[in-house]
Amino acid sequence: MDELIIAGRSFRSRLMVGTGKFASNAQMAATIAASGGEIVTVALRRVNVGDQQDDLLNHIDRNKYLLLPNTSGARNAEEAIRLARLARAAGCEPWIKLEVTPDPYYLLPDPIETLKAAEILVKEGFIVLPYINADPVLAKHLQEVGVATVMPLGAPIGSNKGLKTRDSIAIIIEQAIVPVVVDAGLGAPSHAAEAMELGADAVMINTAMAVAGNPVMMAAAFGKAVEAGRQAYLAGLGKEQKQAVASSPLTGFLRDE
Amino acid sequence: MSFVEEILRYPEEQILEQMAATTANQVEQALATDHLRIRDLITLLSPTALDYLEPMAQKAHHITQQRVGNTIQLFTPMYLSNECSNGCKYCGFNANNNIPRTTLTLDEIEQEAQIIHDYGFRSILLLTGEHKKMADNSYLIAAIQKIKPLFSSISIEVYPMDTDGYKQMVAAGVDGLTVYQETYNRELYKEMHPFGKKRNYTYRLEAPDRAGEAGIRRIGVGALLGLGNFATEAFYTGLHAHYIARQYWRSHVSISFPRICPADGGFAPINPVNDKQLVQMICAMRLLIPDAALFMSTRENAELRNSLMPLGITHMSAGSCTAPGGHAHKGESTEQFTIDDDRTPEQISEVIRAQGFEAVWKDWDSAFLNNLAV
Repeated sequence: MDELIIAGRSFRSRLMVGTGKFASNAQMAATIAASGGEIVTVALRRVNVGDQQDDLLNHIDRNKYLLLPNTSGARNAEEAIRLARLARAAGCEPWIKLEVTPDPYYLLPDPIETLKAAEILVKEGFIVLPYINADPVLAKHLQEVGVATVMPLGAPIGSNKGLKTRDSIAIIIEQAIVPVVVDAGLGAPSHAAEAMELGADAVMINTAMAVAGNPVMMAAAFGKAVEAGRQAYLAGLGKEQKQAVASSPLTGFLRDE
Repeated sequence: MSFVEEILRYPEEQILEQMAATTANQVEQALATDHLRIRDLITLLSPTALDYLEPMAQKAHHITQQRVGNTIQLFTPMYLSNECSNGCKYCGFNANNNIPRTTLTLDEIEQEAQIIHDYGFRSILLLTGEHKKMADNSYLIAAIQKIKPLFSSISIEVYPMDTDGYKQMVAAGVDGLTVYQETYNRELYKEMHPFGKKRNYTYRLEAPDRAGEAGIRRIGVGALLGLGNFATEAFYTGLHAHYIARQYWRSHVSISFPRICPADGGFAPINPVNDKQLVQMICAMRLLIPDAALFMSTRENAELRNSLMPLGITHMSAGSCTAPGGHAHKGESTEQFTIDDDRTPEQISEVIRAQGFEAVWKDWDSAFLNNLAV
């Protein structure tokens, strides 16, 4: 069985799902169910983690899904660490999707602060899944401090642009010692399939589902695309040729001397 | 360098000339680009662009949906004091107006905050007039400390402060600031503010710069629509927001669209802004800054607010009352302006749902700023 294993825990699905931007919490729940995903991220700033009555949290069945809180909104390491500790203190499992984005516009991750926060959180016993730019050297540094995955972006978050960082992600995958999850910018199931064919261990989708005309149907499409891409990767893709290979070679007349 | 120098690069006569000369072709070009230049903002705020409201709205809707999703964040204002030593001609709290004056005590603030909290709000905006004796920085800090346990986000809309004042506010737990320039036209500004500290145009214009330097997380700008020429006020508002977003890149910029409402003292708008212009401005701001927070208040009526939701609005006030202590003691104190949407927070969140959006009550956590939290 081809399972995704993160920090010793195994998952059948290789699709992680975000909970932002949905038109209703009920729609969010139906979308997550249709995706087949088992890891669901939630922005800590959106919810009251300790509150049994929190409407968003009550739409996520914690027996079925791993609730992966994220630190979105944190501007530096200190703020992200504080949020992570609060989530754990409120009873969340020690898993944290680390997001440090000092620029509130493109929400690009800060490599320096992310590394700082990751190091401290790992030491405190957190299972850390950092959101990063597609920077292979940063990915190495993070792996050295003990993160559970690296989550490079395909394109700026919410942009739906697809795998714009393809070449760098390929290097990260080639060199990774932890699962590589392509995190942001994937706007269509074909983008997700492309990332999986490239060898990503999983992908994370939010905007493309939440703002689709039919989020539930789109989630199912992403689920299939992730499976198809994974299967293609395992099957071994034929090599892409720069030129057509002629069936009647032009140099066939040459003989070995 | 502050916005005072930036705005000088765009004289009002030149902006008006360029707007008057705008062609349909230029509007179409501006609508086709991914990132607006300042020249494109002038184009989209021109009278020519009024014929393109539908494509502008479609594009604004699309961008907002992609960047913010199908959500509207709710907040409510809480008036702490209507004492004021300014003479703003359009304002119900004008020092010359003979109205009952109130400054809430800390106990009253707590009582009022509790009612607002019980409605479901976790995002609150504190407002005062400008009166150094009755409501100063230390009064605000005491108020903030008092209500902090009840709210995840606290913003202020008060008199402009110096940088140290804003730093004190951040330390106390303030994450957002709104400061309207009212009008970007210096002459009109003088006329509208005949006396009081607010008479200083430059000090007010630079307030968002000082807030940025102090590290306030959300900085909101706006012009009081109905005072100056619509198109140039809208342009300078966009220019200001654009400048703040670049200069203080860690802060999130927001834009509000307050249209003049009748207040005690009976001020009538000098340049009334119609619904089409309001829509033009909202869409142009969204196209200029795809991630800006765009605020709509209860000054506007329910029907219009419903229609504006999909155009790019991201934040709405609800359950508003513009008199100090007005939640606990309805109708006892004089209001700053009249509310035109008096639906309850529950009704508004129901309407938001019916429009296909999720009402978001909490989207911030005080733990971001509170270094004693853990």
